[in-house]
Amino acid sequence: MARRITNRRKVVISLIAWSIALALFFPILWTFLTSFKTEGDAVATPPQFLFFHWTTENYIEVQARSDYFLHFFNSVVIAVGSTLIGLAIAIPAAWAMAFAPTKRTKDILMWMLSTKMMPPVGALIPIYLIFRNMGLLDSRWGLVGVLTLINLPIIVWMLYTYFKEIPGEILEAARMDGASLMKEIVYVLTPMAVPGIASTLLLNIILAWNEAFWTLNLSTSEAAPLTTFIASYSSPEGLFYAKLSAASTMAIAPILILGWFSQKQLVRGLTFGAVK
Amino acid sequence: MTLKTILLSACSALMFAGVSTTGALAETLTIATVNNGDMVRMQKLTDDFKTKNPDIELKWVTLEENVLRQKVTTDIATKGGQYDIVTIGTYEVPIWAKQGWLAPLDKLGDNYDVNDLLPAIRSGLTSDGKLYAAPFYGESSMVMYRKDLFEKAGLKMPDAPTWEFVADAAKKITDKKGEVYGICLRGKAGWGENMAFLTAMSNSFGARWFDEKWNAQFDQPEWKKTLEFYVKMMKEDGPPGASSNGFNENLALFQQGKCGMWIDATVAASFVADPKQSKVADKVGFALAPDNGLGKRGNWLWAWNLAIPASSKKTDAAEKFVSWATSKDYTNLVAQKEGWLNAPPGTRASLYANADYQKAAPFAKMTLDSINSADPTKPTVKPVPYVGVQFVAIPEFQGIGTAVGQQFSAALAGQSTVDQALKSAQQLTTREMKKAGYPK
Repeated sequence: MARRITNRRKVVISLIAWSIALALFFPILWTFLTSFKTEGDAVATPPQFLFFHWTTENYIEVQARSDYFLHFFNSVVIAVGSTLIGLAIAIPAAWAMAFAPTKRTKDILMWMLSTKMMPPVGALIPIYLIFRNMGLLDSRWGLVGVLTLINLPIIVWMLYTYFKEIPGEILEAARMDGASLMKEIVYVLTPMAVPGIASTLLLNIILAWNEAFWTLNLSTSEAAPLTTFIASYSSPEGLFYAKLSAASTMAIAPILILGWFSQKQLVRGLTFGAVK
Repeated sequence: MTLKTILLSACSALMFAGVSTTGALAETLTIATVNNGDMVRMQKLTDDFKTKNPDIELKWVTLEENVLRQKVTTDIATKGGQYDIVTIGTYEVPIWAKQGWLAPLDKLGDNYDVNDLLPAIRSGLTSDGKLYAAPFYGESSMVMYRKDLFEKAGLKMPDAPTWEFVADAAKKITDKKGEVYGICLRGKAGWGENMAFLTAMSNSFGARWFDEKWNAQFDQPEWKKTLEFYVKMMKEDGPPGASSNGFNENLALFQQGKCGMWIDATVAASFVADPKQSKVADKVGFALAPDNGLGKRGNWLWAWNLAIPASSKKTDAAEKFVSWATSKDYTNLVAQKEGWLNAPPGTRASLYANADYQKAAPFAKMTLDSINSADPTKPTVKPVPYVGVQFVAIPEFQGIGTAVGQQFSAALAGQSTVDQALKSAQQLTTREMKKAGYPK
């Protein structure tokens, strides 16, 4: 009796989970389908789900009009570069805050987070001027720098919460055995925090990949990542939804695939504290 | 010894190569442009320019209109110098020219024939007698209607209809069961969306944004008449959810055969008349935008123009490109490669005198008449202190226009009444204008 209820509950929960997942995934699926339609079919009413004239002409057109690989390469450099530099700064910072806290640690954490509360456009003109004077406009390094700084508070916060979960006694034991600070971080702390670091890394690559305000405003052509690539196919005057969908599919595909493959790490990292 | 010689000669060869490449690369033009059909076509046809100017390389930055506006404004205002040529609208040109952000175009070449540019378009791009941008394509707005539905309803569209006729025809054509709606108009909030249409419409009702002393005029009876007429007609005979329809949404509806009439940009004509994307391509008729017999029609005037930022260091090369892209030769090139229907419309009188174009484009005369009947320097029945037909060419207008657009969109959606919307519009416009220091 009890077993049957459990089963039924299981079915209901699975059903709900699947419908939520489908609802969340549907826009991406729709973009994908639209990218294979003609511009006419893309806006047809009633919308056509699967039975339309499938075509790859949008992809061919998008390929012909813009340099996808340049944008892709820029996205990879910017997303991976900013995340790695961010981690290199954030791991020691989070260590200090988690294991050697002072009176002001909480305030510093709060202050770091507060920088995320200002709308970015408020800082656009000063940053633009700094970039102009340093010759960093439309350069990959400039964008790597900006995205590192923008995502740093999140990286520090995430790592801080993971490090907090690790008992300080283990580190003390290592210290008792004569491990230097460097050794303590590299050989003791890091291996224990790998799921946390991995999920921080992945989440930040995704955030940096999708960042569209700074990348759009500080780049023109040479350093322009995939966000610019998508923006070049959007138009308020003219129906180019199929081409826009093809460009969007090409832009999100790499990060989507990365997400799929690293799903386990991500989930483990995000629920790190809960399952301990 | 030999190795040293080889190395030395290699080095000097490299240096020479370096010098010569920098010499060639010195003339790379960065062009910022919007993702519109005509602009994309220009990008495809630049081989012709490159053959004529082998020492100039072109780099394109194509962006969505609003993203482009934000980026280019930031760059020009801070003198970032990222762009050598920018695509800007009729709204920006007078403001930016006044700020000293644009280089005057005085070296367009002997063959350019500035006098061939349509006077209505040219006057909007001229400041203190100097041309600050060259029009790439121009547009006005007009009525597009379904000839078959009009015939069925026993109606005949005059060349220059009145608003009363339009409302009456919309009523007769609407067949809600068959999902055919008499009239499709913009409802989506935005200074370039519903406010472009409504401001142009209000001109024909005798309304104006500001009086001569920059006082907001939304509390005047003319605006009330405009908005009441619009909301009533759209509620009775417009498509459902019209308050979220912009140009693209209405274009899709019209092409699917769901609209009896659509009043919008003349550039839409080449889309709805194209059998490849439109189900009603052979059934579309064109007429001038409606009026109320007050001497102004409800049509707007817009052009996408190429301009050179004052911060560009390559103005000579840039001017060569601007001259090429907006010349008569370019029009002929498009006609040759892609047919006359695709020639960039609305900038040159010579295009409309061309018999081949008249034959290929059934909407040619209507476009020209619409453009000629709009005067950006005298847009309204009563006098105004501003320039612009469907906008007010002051920097504050983007913000105010969009805020007022939200009020009017809400009235169309039924969230507020016409009176409430006008009252809020009056209040917010007065407040913002006071803040901006008007009257100046």
